Amino acid sequence: MQEEREFICVTCPVGCSIRAIVDGDQVIEIVGNSCKRGEAFVREEMSNPRRMLTTTVSVDDGILPLVPVHSNQALPKHLVQEAAKLLRSIHLQAPIASHQTVMTNILGTGVDIVTSRAVSRS
Amino acid sequence: MKQYACDVLIIGGGPAGLAAAYQARETGAEKVVVLERNSELGGILTQCIHNGFGVSVFGDDLTGPEYAGRWVEQALATDIETFVKTMVLDIQPGPRVIASNEEQGLIEFEAKALVLAMGCRERPRGALAIPGTRPAGVYTAGMAQRMVNMEGYMPGENFVILGSGDIGMIMARRLTLEGAHVSAMLEVLPYVSGLKRNLVQCIKDFDIPLYLSTTVTRVNGRDRVESVTVSQVDERWRPVAGTERDIPCDTLLLSVGLIPENELSMLAGVEIDPIAGGPFVDECMATSVKGVFAAGNVVHVYDLVDEVTRSALRAGQHAAEFALGTTCPFETSIPIQAGDNVHHVVPQHIHPQALAIQDRKVEFRVRTPIEAAARAEILADDEVIVSKRLRYVRPSEMIILSLGSDEAAVVEKASKLTVRIR
Repeated sequence: MQEEREFICVTCPVGCSIRAIVDGDQVIEIVGNSCKRGEAFVREEMSNPRRMLTTTVSVDDGILPLVPVHSNQALPKHLVQEAAKLLRSIHLQAPIASHQTVMTNILGTGVDIVTSRAVSRS
Repeated sequence: MKQYACDVLIIGGGPAGLAAAYQARETGAEKVVVLERNSELGGILTQCIHNGFGVSVFGDDLTGPEYAGRWVEQALATDIETFVKTMVLDIQPGPRVIASNEEQGLIEFEAKALVLAMGCRERPRGALAIPGTRPAGVYTAGMAQRMVNMEGYMPGENFVILGSGDIGMIMARRLTLEGAHVSAMLEVLPYVSGLKRNLVQCIKDFDIPLYLSTTVTRVNGRDRVESVTVSQVDERWRPVAGTERDIPCDTLLLSVGLIPENELSMLAGVEIDPIAGGPFVDECMATSVKGVFAAGNVVHVYDLVDEVTRSALRAGQHAAEFALGTTCPFETSIPIQAGDNVHHVVPQHIHPQALAIQDRKVEFRVRTPIEAAARAEILADDEVIVSKRLRYVRPSEMIILSLGSDEAAVVEKASKLTVRIR
């Protein structure tokens, strides 16, 4: 049965309001997206929604007690909170480089967690 | 007192200041100096650890620290001189800037051109007049962001967030990811004031209750916040009697708007647009004081850092040209006014002949949202010269139109431009 569903694309700050005609998990028609990524977002949002994770990890002996980190690609949405919780439990030793890998293949997702900045030793 | 002479002096080492410095050096100013009061460069982006920055400037989706990092690297790769932990105390005619830091004490900078890039700050509780006690546990959202993302401690366990600005929504997600509970987000307006994408990925994704047309009417608790009393409001934001209820919480975050930080601009004698909150500028970001330019959130608060960067590239270029002796060749400018459903416009005035040289941006915000097709128009006197169809207009989303050589001839004959929504 065909139905209309509304999405707000989170791929970029524009945040297009997208209307999609869907039949089950099939996308029949999409209107309102201003670029191709909007279409990909809707397809993914219907089958396997994913989100980027940004959080912090504790640092010992650094000029800051934390280093900001991010996932190198979007994680399955239902694992975001669990991944954040796991990252709260680890400690890194300063100095830390920018784009240093903090954890590979987090929760078996194939996604790596990398630092967003450098933190030098205090 | 230690003295420095420079071509272009920039106050503020955030994204605006760094882009202005970079572009001033590129344009040919030889001695470019950046003054930053924090212990490192990068400005507020160092605490904005989420992604979404740089999509339009770099074509990459970066976190705040990464976006800041690119500009810091770019600045440090040149001979731009940067002073951190350095506080500007006064701006005198010249422009001459008096600053101080721990190592050198008072320092005097004699600059040929000055760029104001001090950014903005958060509207505090005092500006809201919320009745109740004055317990610990009331923070601005940005203050809490700094504590959680940089200082390493949680300001509370159970939060209520007043205001649905982007920082408030981002913090709702951030606190949840750190294991805290967010009991409610309240918004006095009948619509969310931040970006729609943040409503999805920060509020709806985490099932955080959102109450529109609702505000905090009392803060309760003696030493620490114990609850807030919230009420629904009518269309004029007045609490509706009988709708009060208490929401238990130990911390109240305020995300109720940003204010351009212009105390130094006023010391410099720069005229301030009371509606935009920042200096009156022309298409070159030149203020009312000769040789003083302004860039980024000090002019008006942008939605996206990418646009802050663009405004700063303009300011940096023209500040360098001024320092090198190429002053604006055009004598008269005409005002750009805010018409129907337009809150304010930047630049506030424009030199018509400048349109022949390159395209110029006209940036503005609407007063009230229209969730249907609308037209943004620029009029030269009574003639429509730009008309752009928009799918909707929202106060939270700045609109940017372009004026160029096609419009130059008409604008040169006009006495004023007006921007309106139809």
